[in-house]
Amino acid sequence: MSDTPDPVVPRNASDTVAQFDHRHRSTLDRVQHFLHQYPTMVPVIVLVLSLIAFGLISPNFFSAFNLSLVLQQVAVVGTLAAAQSLVILTAGIDLSVGAVMVLISVVMGQLAINFGVPVPIAIFVGLACGAATGALNGFLVTRLKLPPFITTLGTWNVFLALNYYLSGRETIRSQTLDAEAPLLKFFGTRFEIGGAVLTYGVVLMLVVFAVLYYALYKTAWGRRVYAVGDDPESAALAGIQTKRVLLSVYVVAGLICGLAAWSSIGRVGSISPTSFFEANLESITAVVIGGISLFGGRGSILGPLIGALIVGVFNSGLRLAGVDVLWQLFATGWLIIFAVAVDQWIRKVSS
Amino acid sequence: MTEPLLSARNLVKRYGRVTAMDHADFDLYPGEILAVIGDNGAGKSSLIKAISGAVKPDEGEIRLDGKPVSFDSTLDARKMGIETVYQTLALSPALSISDNMFMGREIRKPGFLGKWLGMLDKQAMDDFARAKLTELGLMTIQNISQPVETLSGGQRQGVAVARAAAFGSRVIILDEPTAALGVKESRRVLDLIQDVRSRGIPIVLISHNMPHVFEVADRIHIHRLGKRLCVIDPKEHSMSDAVSYMTGARAPEGVAA
Repeated sequence: MSDTPDPVVPRNASDTVAQFDHRHRSTLDRVQHFLHQYPTMVPVIVLVLSLIAFGLISPNFFSAFNLSLVLQQVAVVGTLAAAQSLVILTAGIDLSVGAVMVLISVVMGQLAINFGVPVPIAIFVGLACGAATGALNGFLVTRLKLPPFITTLGTWNVFLALNYYLSGRETIRSQTLDAEAPLLKFFGTRFEIGGAVLTYGVVLMLVVFAVLYYALYKTAWGRRVYAVGDDPESAALAGIQTKRVLLSVYVVAGLICGLAAWSSIGRVGSISPTSFFEANLESITAVVIGGISLFGGRGSILGPLIGALIVGVFNSGLRLAGVDVLWQLFATGWLIIFAVAVDQWIRKVSS
Repeated sequence: MTEPLLSARNLVKRYGRVTAMDHADFDLYPGEILAVIGDNGAGKSSLIKAISGAVKPDEGEIRLDGKPVSFDSTLDARKMGIETVYQTLALSPALSISDNMFMGREIRKPGFLGKWLGMLDKQAMDDFARAKLTELGLMTIQNISQPVETLSGGQRQGVAVARAAAFGSRVIILDEPTAALGVKESRRVLDLIQDVRSRGIPIVLISHNMPHVFEVADRIHIHRLGKRLCVIDPKEHSMSDAVSYMTGARAPEGVAA
């Protein structure tokens, strides 16, 4: 009992405690509060500015065709980023998304081509395997209480090895797919809307984000995902079964990786066990640039979609401007650092 | 005398070689504010965790309305109408006030949207949250969808208490509700406690702050060395009596254990 009875508090001091601070708010403060309320505005502003900048540099940039090409290019990584976002919202990280995607594309291809399984069943089994990989990650994270970073670093290697084993390190060629399993390339199918050429893969990406938006903002599950990512102890005390929520997040992420796998077959045209080696880092890049906090519980699910578009726009814009590829990497690198710095700054907002 | 609403007998909880609760008893009567005081390490928290479902006692019995109950988690206790406001408040800072109030028991829309698509009825939740905050005089909060982290300490405490009061139909447990607050904000919370009691819901108040305890409590449960030492009436004992009982400087006289 060190703090009995109440120490005498000077009355003037106590009166100011509950008062609002009427200090003049600078413009910077207002910006900070605005961004705190709408964290997705950061990537939106960056996207708009980069569109304007590249539009001024190269006149071809703003053609419907070029912009739709950007969408096509980001479709696979964008879908993967949706899966990554879920995991990062729970203050985790999933290094295995890229490996899962390639593994699942191999599973689908091997089943359909080399094992003669009807294509729809091969796809279904592939998606189920995707969910299973997520369940494995989720099990390790929730039951064995391993840190997500290490868990998925481990499973990344495991899935990569399985991928080489199942594929025999051999690529299934485009012609073979066309002849025996055209459905696997469904998401590569193009269609045209007023000069813009889109693929079903782009539609898939947009649908995945739309569904996640609904799930995260309009359902109890989504609110719980945010609560668990924000402060797991508080969420548990408030009656949330945090392990169950976490596990479900990893399973859904795995399923989305399966969809991304199907989409990637359409994008590449063939099934190569060595493709998309950097996909997991690219997905993290999109999420971070999209303004989702690596500390969990903050950020909009639409951010990573914009983040993926920003990377796509930079790549396309710099290429059209005739700049060396290395500067695309350079620019993306600074974007990541900028995004994290802004996130840290926004988090400092106090009441 | 009336029957206790919530009671515990001979609760024992051991953590390895430490005995946190050593045959502790507890009684809460309808409509009262019972303060639980005790030195640090006396086992107050273990007792509170046992009756709020956060910890399962090794031995002993808990009765609600005279019927033996067993809580496997705080959810079980909550389902029976026992709500706890933890010292940490258990709020998610980035989520809105109404999201926080309904955490774990969200309202879904009626019909297909709610049943099959799990769509939340945000309007109903916001309305309910606003009504509850207004009832407790917390309408200085302008925007029900503002994140909890933008609120002051007292307002956050208010949201946590409002959440407990909204759903706690039988018992509300408050763990150190004024510990982190300034004088003015503490005042508000104490008023809030009186307010909740006036609706007939009994309150268990754990606090280190003797003036606060003596101001609001009807009875004071003094915990010492893992068990209930005595229960005193704040009108018949002074603060220094209470302090000397709980530190063991003096043995209580003429009070029932």
